[in-house]
Amino acid sequence: MKKQITSEPFIVRISLTFIALAFLTLFLILPLIAIFVKAFDQGLDVYIASITEPDALSAIKLTLLVVSITVPLNTLFGIFAAWLIAKFNFKGKSVLTTIIDIPFSISPVIAGLIFVLLFGAQSSLGQWLIDHNMKIIFAVPGIVLATLFVTFPFVARELIPVMQMQGKSEEEASLSLGASGLKTFFYVTLPNIKWGLLYGVILCSARAIGEFGAVSVVSGHIRGLTNTMTLHIEILYNEYQFTAAFAVASLMSILAIITLIIKNVIEYRDGGSRA
Amino acid sequence: MNKKKRRVFPGFGLSLGFTMLYISLLVLIPLSMIFFYTLSMSWSEFWQTISEPRVVQSYKLSFGTSILAASINVIFGVIIAWVLVRYPFPGKKFIDGLVDLPFALPTAVAGISLTSLFAENGWIGKFFSFKIAFTPIGITIALIFIGLPFVVRMVQPVLQNFETELEEASAILGANRLQTFRKVIFPELLPAIITGFSLAFARALGEYGSVIFIAGNMPMKTEITPLIIMTKLEQFDYAGATAIALVMLIMSFVILLIINGIQWWVNKRFQHE
Repeated sequence: MKKQITSEPFIVRISLTFIALAFLTLFLILPLIAIFVKAFDQGLDVYIASITEPDALSAIKLTLLVVSITVPLNTLFGIFAAWLIAKFNFKGKSVLTTIIDIPFSISPVIAGLIFVLLFGAQSSLGQWLIDHNMKIIFAVPGIVLATLFVTFPFVARELIPVMQMQGKSEEEASLSLGASGLKTFFYVTLPNIKWGLLYGVILCSARAIGEFGAVSVVSGHIRGLTNTMTLHIEILYNEYQFTAAFAVASLMSILAIITLIIKNVIEYRDGGSRA
Repeated sequence: MNKKKRRVFPGFGLSLGFTMLYISLLVLIPLSMIFFYTLSMSWSEFWQTISEPRVVQSYKLSFGTSILAASINVIFGVIIAWVLVRYPFPGKKFIDGLVDLPFALPTAVAGISLTSLFAENGWIGKFFSFKIAFTPIGITIALIFIGLPFVVRMVQPVLQNFETELEEASAILGANRLQTFRKVIFPELLPAIITGFSLAFARALGEYGSVIFIAGNMPMKTEITPLIIMTKLEQFDYAGATAIALVMLIMSFVILLIINGIQWWVNKRFQHE
């Protein structure tokens, strides 16, 4: 075998591979395994009891409710925003792109805080809401708003580069042949962006399911009412009900693993164009 | 894109209107509350809140652990990206897919799992004679976990698209492998490394969910800034929480500016095209 001048000595290759795998085992694989081991610590019966008790079920329901509101809304926003940014040139486009990224660089705690400031009882808007018997903070609408804020860039961020790469010649062809804007979108644009769209929706859902800090600020932690799955885990953990906490955590880990699998399938279908 | 076609292409008004409305209602108006709320405080009140020793200590802790975690992620992230792109090993596809786990796993789940691993009697913690969980080391570990994919995923595509001809040329001209890495490969990777570092760092600075379980949250010792905001909110001290939030926002903004500056300087220095 000829000596490769663009590679490292065998010993270096082995050591680097070992370092990389050891690091990933320590920081990713072990934590993942630990969740399942601890969840089944006291057997299958305790596991099933932990995830089917009323508080756990209501937490699961609330999380699903929040996801089913936030993900469609943010998907709609993502499509509009990506259409705007990818297909048109206008003043302030780069500012808009920066604004869309804001939730990525803001602490989730601050994301929750801003909605408390806006709708909490100390603000005039909050007072008005109280007078009209509407509750946003320490109630489900607050949780939805905070989750919307934290997850709103995901779909837009995935779609913008895909749409930009596509250009607009295909749409122009469709329009010049007489198709309406809406028809052009559904028959020309959508098939081109479907994988990017699906990927964005999945990332958005994963984050919406798993959001903790922002939701924690606005929820008020009322059991059975405003407890999402992650907040339920926190309560169980702080009450030293470790097995139950890890049982609920294991459900969320399964969702995370499914997310990763779908992501890899999409990348594969996409022809590996996205790294 | 030329300007005449814009009029023909549909949806500009609708998408601009919807996007602006959505962003204003959801982001701009709520976010502006931080500034309005701070304005209602007097300067001395504001200064007193943000310069309390316990709060200052939390800035140092959040800052220090975030920089440390992001730096560790740069070192191991580059190694991991390198191994994933260049070396074959069994189970590579699986490992490659797993790198994104911190993006998919809820932070609270990661937090309780890492805490149980690194606690004194945990699988990993028991091998160490010193405490890891409930110390700044534990905080750093949680921040390494959540920041890991940023560096790997920034560096990986650059390595994938790297032209080996450059390395061959360097080797033929007499450079050894280490010299080739330092002088040919590394400068190409540097912009991606800096971006990965800044993303990991920004994420770490604001992180809450994975940290609060492993931190132990002792005032002056293991209390991160986002937790102080949370504590103040629980005591209904909205003004205090908002003042500290403003400091955090300004800090992140300044850091992003500095990093953009470095990025610009690096591009100017190394990229001659």
